[in-house]
Amino acid sequence: MHVTSPVRTPLVTGGKTYADVTEDICKQVEGKPTKEWKVAFGISLAVLAYGTACLFWTWWEGLGVWGLNKTVGWAWDITNFVWWVGIGHAGTLISAILLLFRQKWRTSINRAAEAMTIFAVICAASFILMHMGRPWLAHWALPLPNTFGSLWVNFNSPLVWDVFAISTYFSVSCLFWYVGLVPDLATIRDRAQNKVSKYIYGTLAMGWNGSSKTWARYEYISLILAGLSTPLVLSVHTIVSFDFATSVIPGWHTTIFPPYFVAGAIFSGFAMVQNLMLVTRVVYKLEDYITFEHIEMMNTIITLTGSIVGVAYLTEFFIAWYSGVEYESYAFINRATGPYWWAYWAMMTCNVISPQLFWSRKIRRSITWTFFLSVVVNIGMWFERFVIIVTSLHRDYIPSSWAMFYPTMFDIGDYIFSFGLFFTLFFLFSKYLPVVNMAEVKAVIRTSSEKLPKKISGVSKADRLASPAYKKDAE
Amino acid sequence: MTDINKKFLVGVYDDDDVVLSAVGKLKNSGVKIYEVYSPFAIHGMDTAIGHPRTRIGIAAFCFGCTGFLCALLLTTWTMGIDWPMVIGGKDPISLPNYVPVMFELTVLFTAFGMTISFFITNGLGPTVKPLLFDPRCTDNKFVMAIDLSKNKLSEAEIASIVKASGAEEVSIKQL
Repeated sequence: MHVTSPVRTPLVTGGKTYADVTEDICKQVEGKPTKEWKVAFGISLAVLAYGTACLFWTWWEGLGVWGLNKTVGWAWDITNFVWWVGIGHAGTLISAILLLFRQKWRTSINRAAEAMTIFAVICAASFILMHMGRPWLAHWALPLPNTFGSLWVNFNSPLVWDVFAISTYFSVSCLFWYVGLVPDLATIRDRAQNKVSKYIYGTLAMGWNGSSKTWARYEYISLILAGLSTPLVLSVHTIVSFDFATSVIPGWHTTIFPPYFVAGAIFSGFAMVQNLMLVTRVVYKLEDYITFEHIEMMNTIITLTGSIVGVAYLTEFFIAWYSGVEYESYAFINRATGPYWWAYWAMMTCNVISPQLFWSRKIRRSITWTFFLSVVVNIGMWFERFVIIVTSLHRDYIPSSWAMFYPTMFDIGDYIFSFGLFFTLFFLFSKYLPVVNMAEVKAVIRTSSEKLPKKISGVSKADRLASPAYKKDAE
Repeated sequence: MTDINKKFLVGVYDDDDVVLSAVGKLKNSGVKIYEVYSPFAIHGMDTAIGHPRTRIGIAAFCFGCTGFLCALLLTTWTMGIDWPMVIGGKDPISLPNYVPVMFELTVLFTAFGMTISFFITNGLGPTVKPLLFDPRCTDNKFVMAIDLSKNKLSEAEIASIVKASGAEEVSIKQL
């Protein structure tokens, strides 16, 4: 039972019953793929095929096909890696941190956001493999006994910490997601009409029957997993930022990086959740589950984290001057006024200025604006990583080796690969698995509290349905 | 399975509040409840039935400690004992540098250990056939099962108590 204060608008609108929730979510899984889905899936497969061809050539020929040079040794590869990992932060934030803060609105979006996290981390990991150049030696990053001594990995290196952080984050996110899926898979199993789907969903549901003992343990481990994932999600981007911050490159070795990276990650992650959910919501007719309240909540978080990122940019600049280190100051002046000024100002505009538009309630609750600004935020966050990586490297200590970075078709093609991979996985997920966590939504739709006498819920169902706030949302 | 060939009285409820209050009513009337099945977690249900508190948290703590010790052993042994090297002018064993790896492995061991324990203690697995008294319990109904062999009251008496507590349907199921 979930009792909400009557002054709040309901989390799920449309007066849904438990059976309605099952029906609304399961029918997407049970029906035949629609024409739109097939077209969209076909396009993402085609994109993936093109990207795979580019990736194949990158590995066949070697990293020389990228636009890297002696001065700029990291460019789009690590930019894309950090960008995708950042996007992968929203899912765990929604399901873990918002669970600890008892933000019940998370229940409608946590499933899709967690799926997005997993797929984004897969894309990020693909760039790690790509930038190794020889992916068949990727296991060298692990502390495996070998015939060189054994010569072990260097545990003093943030790159090794990153291997541990990303792989732990990925596997724990998968666990968290799967444990949450089990009750819903059981629902699909018990509704399945044909033998094949009954077998597949039955196997995945692991014999779940919803006994009170199981639910008590489920709630308990959800809480512990959330408690573990909260420091984990913060640690992952902190360690990603250590890749830069522990080096001695001007523009990289700043102590502000961990909080600044984490805020940026949440910022871009929520923007990506908005993009995906706004489309899913319309296509799957989930307007009653993902309401304007949800969109507004997420936009509020985008504004908050965007402002943190803005403060971090200004602090960086100030400290570069205040430190009195000539190289540090130059790195920052070069960012803003050097040959990459356009990337810097694109980042500033997209990340610092545009999310401030969300201070207006109208924009915050507008689907078009939200979608547009979320795309802008993700473009801005890509430029942020590009600015940090390329502008810090391209003019190093010796002016004779100053250089520019120009992407080749393989830099671009490998980035396209990650989009193909991401959307292929997301489309598969949205067709074959329930996109909304049915069990958790059922627990918050408060049909029960509406049936309770007035003294508990305060306002009767009829009164609430007649309230102006409800009507406004229903429109 | 010890539950084979037992006779169960199954009550189907429509509402989570009703089933939760029904559990209290039944206990007051001296009926022992085998289990309640619901489509989502009902807070306080397990304690209302009288299930002991889950000890999965203790398991989680033990797994976490194991992970931490493994990480400590891995980092110090490889870096300081098996092939000692001075990197960046630091001691071969410089613990602050190993904190990230120790943290990650602690989390990894806890999460996996706890989730595996969760599946094992609940008897869940890919080949497990679910024990379903009524398949609607994963959709919108709340199903109460009462083991008749463990109750002193007669079948008819229990059925009337269950009906009175708000059950929509009452039936007998042989496992």
